[in-house]
Amino acid sequence: MYTIIRIATFALALIAVPVFAADYAALPGGKFASVLPADATNADVVIAPFRLRTTPVTNEEFLAFVTAHPEWRRDRTPAVFAEARFLSQWQSASALGSDAQPTQPVTQVSWFAAQAFCESESARLPTWYEWEFAAAADAARTDARKDPAWRAQILSWYSRPSTTPLPSAGGAANAYGIRDLHGLVWEWVGDFNALLVASDSRDQNDPDRLKFCGAGALNLRDRENYAVLMRVAMLSALKGADTTANLGFRCARDGAREGS
Amino acid sequence: MSFTWQTRIFPPLLFLTMTAAAFGNRLAEAGELPGDSVYRLDLALVDQNAQASKLADLRGGPVLIAMFYSSCKFVCPLIIDTLQRTERALSDGERTHLRVVMVSFDPKRDTPAILKTVAEQRHVDQSRWKLTRTEAIGVRKLAAVLDVQYREVGNGDFNHSSVITLLDADGRIVARSDRMGELDSALVTAVQHAIAGTH
Repeated sequence: MYTIIRIATFALALIAVPVFAADYAALPGGKFASVLPADATNADVVIAPFRLRTTPVTNEEFLAFVTAHPEWRRDRTPAVFAEARFLSQWQSASALGSDAQPTQPVTQVSWFAAQAFCESESARLPTWYEWEFAAAADAARTDARKDPAWRAQILSWYSRPSTTPLPSAGGAANAYGIRDLHGLVWEWVGDFNALLVASDSRDQNDPDRLKFCGAGALNLRDRENYAVLMRVAMLSALKGADTTANLGFRCARDGAREGS
Repeated sequence: MSFTWQTRIFPPLLFLTMTAAAFGNRLAEAGELPGDSVYRLDLALVDQNAQASKLADLRGGPVLIAMFYSSCKFVCPLIIDTLQRTERALSDGERTHLRVVMVSFDPKRDTPAILKTVAEQRHVDQSRWKLTRTEAIGVRKLAAVLDVQYREVGNGDFNHSSVITLLDADGRIVARSDRMGELDSALVTAVQHAIAGTH
């Protein structure tokens, strides 16, 4: 009898803890003063409750993904989804080698590859607003952005030379339990190609008027928040197949709870 | 993974790729798509007649593709106008080989019925034009392969860049134009070359 219970318990434990189970933390969302206002009137955005991976996706997690989904191996992924440098820091298409540590965040990944990884764990890339919302927190406060000391600390993280090896994922947690939003890698967002789209100026004589449609103007708020504005500028310059040595990603899910 | 249904479903047809060279371009469509083909994207489209298809079903001849949304008052009518000017610059014979596909930024509002209304109001040739919608993540993926920027800004409006892209018979990008409201002669020439290359 005891044996049966023990076996059953063991089996349940196996089901409950799949290999590479990603850790997601719930964030409440709500009204948020983004650097990218929802419209031309500097309105706050409203973010629905969501869950966010507590750490960026690592090399070993991405290796497990390409092993299970070999169409995303670097030697099989079509050029339209990832440029030639895709996963070029790995020793081969199926092995990390000595230059890519298992616990380092994976970089040299395209937006398409990142999106496909997230879909494989029933998730998606976070929106810019979700990422910015999570990244506004420091260790104690959910929104530390007005604190000059906090801003200075973030900027100092960005001054780390890009030639030094990436640290492992798993830095200090912020107030939401999310790690490594600052100071480790840049991160893809789902709407990377949506951030700096100017609207028409309503000026009939403006030649640029014809390029854009819709209300609202490009209008950056909180211009002293250089660290976040740098992210916006960097993401806006990318194409979906691009990869860089300092650009990784994490995934997000809808709702405050699993299954919600 | 969803992106590569074509390569998974059609590996037996690799054999045809090899024979295709001997039989000319028309058979080439049976082979594997080039790596830089936009048709690698597994995108489900529904058109103004509520007909479902895959983006890759467009393979086989040149296509002008552009993104838009129906409730847009300013530049989107101009995108349709520019597409019509472009095809009017072709000969009657050339025009029959050109298809035009528009994909909406706004799947929430752009139902097949609304797309049908736009197609009729703008008198597009529905034998060659598809006005389509896809799901939201598909819109984001298509914008990424076509290098189109767009952003929902509330009240059902979108800010977006306006781009007309010419795809060859295999879905490779061969020309792009952001000149709206006027005839882009370089685009017309590229369309003519693409048509001549497949027929």
